[in-house]
Amino acid sequence: MSSAATRTSQSIPEAPSPPEAPSPSEAQSPPEAPPTTGTPSPTGAPSSAGPARPAELRAAVDYADYRLVPARRPWRWVGTVLVSLGVAAVVWSLATNPRWEWGVVAQWFTAKSVVNGLLETLKLTAISGALGFILGFILALMRLSASPLLVSVSWTFSWIFRSTPLLVQMLLWYNLGYLYEKISLGIPFTDIRFFEAQTTTLISQFAAAVLGLTLNQAAYSAEIIRGGILSVDQGQLEAAAALGIPAWRRSTRIVLPQAMRAILPTAFNEIIGLVKGTSIVYVLAYSELFYTVQVIYNRTQQVLPLLLVATLWYVVITSVLSVFQYYIERHYSKGAVRTLPLTPLQKARKFFATHAPVNTAGRK
Amino acid sequence: MSTTLEAPAATRGLVEITKVRKSFGPTEVLKGISLTVEPGGVAVIVGPSGSVKSTLLRTINHLDKVDAGFIAIDGELVGYRVKGNKLHELPERDILKQRTEIGMVFQNFNLFPHLTALENVTEAPVVAPRPGKPRRSQAEARERGLELLDRVGLRDRADAYPRQLSGGQQQRVAIARALALDPKILLFDEPTSALDPELVNEVLDVIRELAKSGTTLIIVTHEMGFARDVADTVVFMDQGQIVEQGKPQDIFTNPQEERTRSFFSKVIEPAFNI
Repeated sequence: MSSAATRTSQSIPEAPSPPEAPSPSEAQSPPEAPPTTGTPSPTGAPSSAGPARPAELRAAVDYADYRLVPARRPWRWVGTVLVSLGVAAVVWSLATNPRWEWGVVAQWFTAKSVVNGLLETLKLTAISGALGFILGFILALMRLSASPLLVSVSWTFSWIFRSTPLLVQMLLWYNLGYLYEKISLGIPFTDIRFFEAQTTTLISQFAAAVLGLTLNQAAYSAEIIRGGILSVDQGQLEAAAALGIPAWRRSTRIVLPQAMRAILPTAFNEIIGLVKGTSIVYVLAYSELFYTVQVIYNRTQQVLPLLLVATLWYVVITSVLSVFQYYIERHYSKGAVRTLPLTPLQKARKFFATHAPVNTAGRK
Repeated sequence: MSTTLEAPAATRGLVEITKVRKSFGPTEVLKGISLTVEPGGVAVIVGPSGSVKSTLLRTINHLDKVDAGFIAIDGELVGYRVKGNKLHELPERDILKQRTEIGMVFQNFNLFPHLTALENVTEAPVVAPRPGKPRRSQAEARERGLELLDRVGLRDRADAYPRQLSGGQQQRVAIARALALDPKILLFDEPTSALDPELVNEVLDVIRELAKSGTTLIIVTHEMGFARDVADTVVFMDQGQIVEQGKPQDIFTNPQEERTRSFFSKVIEPAFNI
């Protein structure tokens, strides 16, 4: 806006052209131009220099009441048209190529077995996501603690679980009964047992899936949360300690809300990764979305349409999560920016308000 | 600590720093500092950068631990407890209690950016363990918080976030935050060093008011004119030692030590032109 104003007021001396036609000349900035025309005059003469000012440097007209028109950007329109054509071509081919078999997709999209699989996927994501981040938070605090033991335990945990393929972890948990026939809870190196059970009855497919996904997720989220905590200024902790605020409150009320800004984008990456990552539990023959779809296409041989059904559901979940992400991030940006960014809805309103037909008779 | 008796203001807040030493790695930064500030007194610590004035300040509320020597407030050791002939460090909770009687104002304000001005002021009184006093309820803390914001002239900005305030306003909120715990002692660590020259006075005016209130103030600053105005005692530190201390009129006009003279000859002229 201000650049347009600057240019218009600078084209004055020779021809008082209308404000819509910017002149490339940057040379002559009139000293008594309004404050928005902030380009320093090349001669450096302040307006108080007064009487010695040559008359041809003065603005011929007072433009203070003129409407400001932003610069046109033609290449942006060219780009928009090209991209729109590309998108249209893709949509057209998706809609018209019969081999996508959209009828089959529609038929299975809301089928009971598929929806059940979807619910299992959501259940696994929610449980292992929540447990994973809670455990990750604890691991992050351990890693940041002053105790060398806690630091090394946390480091080793992340090291092991980040260096083992998730697939291997899954199979390991599921076959834990082979390694340890019984699981018991008691006092080590004594005969006292509070609880004892066969491993195979304890580790169901569901338990193995949750265990594998949670521990793997915890290893990654620990690093994400640690990074977020490290991004908070040390002075915040000092100020809180100087005020006598207890340690737990310092973490949860002062540090964590500020760390969230750094944590959230990556954390949502992880959650979205986890949604699709749950598909790996098909190796346990656990009937989540992906396994369900596989079972169906093995029977009906409609491989691609059914993979498309699963894909569409993953897209839906990811989209919903992205909306959550946007609003949660907005919540935590409170106080971090002077004014909150506009929501898409507000942006749309603003777009239509500012792109209303230009009233060229706007000047007095 | 005067836990049961609510003593009149000017009899609380005696600070005794005795033979305090501290090293960072191999470098000894505090080389046996001793300093007494009377209850209700105003001590201003001046000196060249790198003379670890801030470190001394931070040992007073145990943000930095001393290696030797001790600090006592109204006769009670800060951060330690005597057992036999040893000083045992207090558990975190007791240190937090002691800190609630020692307010601190930082050079960079360190306001909590995600909380409003009022929330910054009300946070500690609600959650911090104060000796002999119950925690405040949200409503009480809010009322007292607004009162304090009023005192620093910012009642109308109570709901603003720190980033929406100017530097001077932020520092005034930080002062209100430190006052919210009714401390006996207030520590100021270069409270105006991060401010535009124009905003310095609005903060100094607030501190001048506090100097009359009977709270003990210990102020590290480079504002010599201000130091001469408010201080009972001016302490000149250099290279981890107290070179000289005395009443402002004596130490500014008639310093005894050569090092003090040469320092003031460089800094006083511009400072008095404010």
